[in-house]
Amino acid sequence: MLHINNLKVELEEEKKAILNGVNLNIKAGEVHAIMGPNGSGKSTLSYVLSGKEGYSVTDGTVSLEGQDILSLESYERAALGVFLAFQYPVEIPGVGNMTFLRTALNSQKKSKGEKELSSADFLKLVRAKAKDLKIDAEMLKRPVNVGFSGGEKKRNEILQMAMLEPKMCILDETDSGLDVDAMRLVSEGVNALRSKERSFLVITHYQRLLDHIVPDFVHIMADGRIIKTGNAELALEVENNGYSELLAEYN
Amino acid sequence: MAKDDVTNNKITSFALPEESNWALDVRSKALEWIDQNGLPNGREEYWKYTNPNSFNSTRKPVKNEIDPSDTKPIFNDIDCIKLVFIDGLLNIDQSDGLINAGLEIEPITEANGNENHWSKHCFGAIEEASQKVVSKTLASLNTAFAVQGLTIRITDKVSKPISIVYYHTDEISEALIHHVVKIEKNAEATILESGGISSRSNCVMELLLEENATLNHIRVQGRSHEREAITYIFSDLERCSSLRSFTLTVNGKLTRNEYIVNIKGEDAKAHVGGAIVGDKGFAHDDTVFITHGAPNCESRQVFKKVLKNGAKGVFQGKILVKEGAQKTNGYQISQGLMLDDDSNFLAKPELEIYADDVICSHGSTCGEIDPTALFYLTSRGISKTEAQDMLVLAFLNEAIDEIISEEIKLIISKRLTDWMVKRHTS
Repeated sequence: MLHINNLKVELEEEKKAILNGVNLNIKAGEVHAIMGPNGSGKSTLSYVLSGKEGYSVTDGTVSLEGQDILSLESYERAALGVFLAFQYPVEIPGVGNMTFLRTALNSQKKSKGEKELSSADFLKLVRAKAKDLKIDAEMLKRPVNVGFSGGEKKRNEILQMAMLEPKMCILDETDSGLDVDAMRLVSEGVNALRSKERSFLVITHYQRLLDHIVPDFVHIMADGRIIKTGNAELALEVENNGYSELLAEYN
Repeated sequence: MAKDDVTNNKITSFALPEESNWALDVRSKALEWIDQNGLPNGREEYWKYTNPNSFNSTRKPVKNEIDPSDTKPIFNDIDCIKLVFIDGLLNIDQSDGLINAGLEIEPITEANGNENHWSKHCFGAIEEASQKVVSKTLASLNTAFAVQGLTIRITDKVSKPISIVYYHTDEISEALIHHVVKIEKNAEATILESGGISSRSNCVMELLLEENATLNHIRVQGRSHEREAITYIFSDLERCSSLRSFTLTVNGKLTRNEYIVNIKGEDAKAHVGGAIVGDKGFAHDDTVFITHGAPNCESRQVFKKVLKNGAKGVFQGKILVKEGAQKTNGYQISQGLMLDDDSNFLAKPELEIYADDVICSHGSTCGEIDPTALFYLTSRGISKTEAQDMLVLAFLNEAIDEIISEEIKLIISKRLTDWMVKRHTS
């Protein structure tokens, strides 16, 4: 599904290197988790994959199902199936959540050459998906993320994911700011979307999210590289011992 | 040219209409006021950011290329009482009947010919009283010489909106229009104005809202790129009355919209707002002066301007709270959204308060499209142009939301969206 080969990235303005040769291969249906200390480049990786401006790729390639995506704009990558669940979902006053969801869904349908959804069909779909995530109608009517609690914002991210049905889902610290119940709800939402055709890259600081969303692989990132790969056990190891041993080993 | 020469040239280019009664007295007085004060010039504080010269000038207006959307009135699909002006002249044939239940409409010259007409207490009077603090001699010029316009008297709750439609067909045309509106006690009306009046225009609207009267005023100005317009809304608000006025301005070379609101009775409300989109040689100025002269009143000013390619947006807004006007609630916000580095947004918010138990706030911001919001939208598959349009519309929506009617709000948002889409495809 997703091939990242020797990806090197620096901040466009400061010319500061953030990613120093990331290699990652995610097959269809797999769930990969990335853990790592603050400043190791985890969020940057998620932004670069989804096409945020402000970064320049100095080396390496990224392909989704064999197609190079680094040359594509953010919205084109979305249409191919890349989805980023934001660590801090953005509040957009003046744009209704429903309008946003519908425009996004129909934009993607249009670029895939599919028929756009009618208002009635869209409403039916969004209501059903929202119900699963315990998102009430009132929340759908409000402007995008405005006045949403931390948990509501994250649930809204998962709702978008459920509506857009992406192939490659990147979750950037989706557990941050969530209480235990909200984390369970969000995780259930994610797990419901797991399938043989869909892959996940879960970025997290804490092992506890991985109790709910069990990964096939766990990678440890430090200094802009993946320094160790293992299974779910590796996350437990980090939880118990911290990163220092791993970092010492790497250095 | 010396200031007096400019003034003299301008006023001698007109003739006082042949009326021989109270109206002529009003007009002569207005002319005297111009004589004493002269037409405005760029050195005055009140005209610091906008050059008034073309409004003072006697040269013919610049030839306008008529914008096709000016020929399709925006409010056509609403069931309303329609009044049509073509190049600044009232066209009775295309207008609906002037007498309807709960309202009386007459051409201004007819009203002025009537010795006992109700507008006697309003025509030129509300305007004149509003000139004591800052002289507005371009409005006096209008009062002295305008022979086009309507007197509208609302005596009851009128459910159908009154829609004044301006068609601009003559590429070199100039217009002076003067409307006088009185909403009587407990009466209620919606007045819509839409379209390009003429290549250059000077419009005055005098409003009197009696006790418990309500007026919703929504205006969409013409889109011709070369159009020059100055407008004044002078309004007196009596006890418990409510005025809401919203203006959408897109394009135009030069627009100055002035709002002068005098709150005279307790528990009255005044909301004025505008959504403005400007490109290239566009200069647009909103100048608002709200006087709170009675306690327990509320005023709101919400102006949002989207500017690009060197367009200029100006906002001058003042709230004056007089002594004794306790429990005043005054709010003012003006915001500029710059789509590039070449545009200008100039704002001068002012508060002058002589009462000690009031809430007054003002804010003014100027910024660009939030790149994080743009990324959020595009990361969901929305193209960059469409995402940018969504954010522009969202920015303007805060001003459009000041309109009460959902139907009109939708019409305005839709027209803006259509224009934006058209811009990308043309």
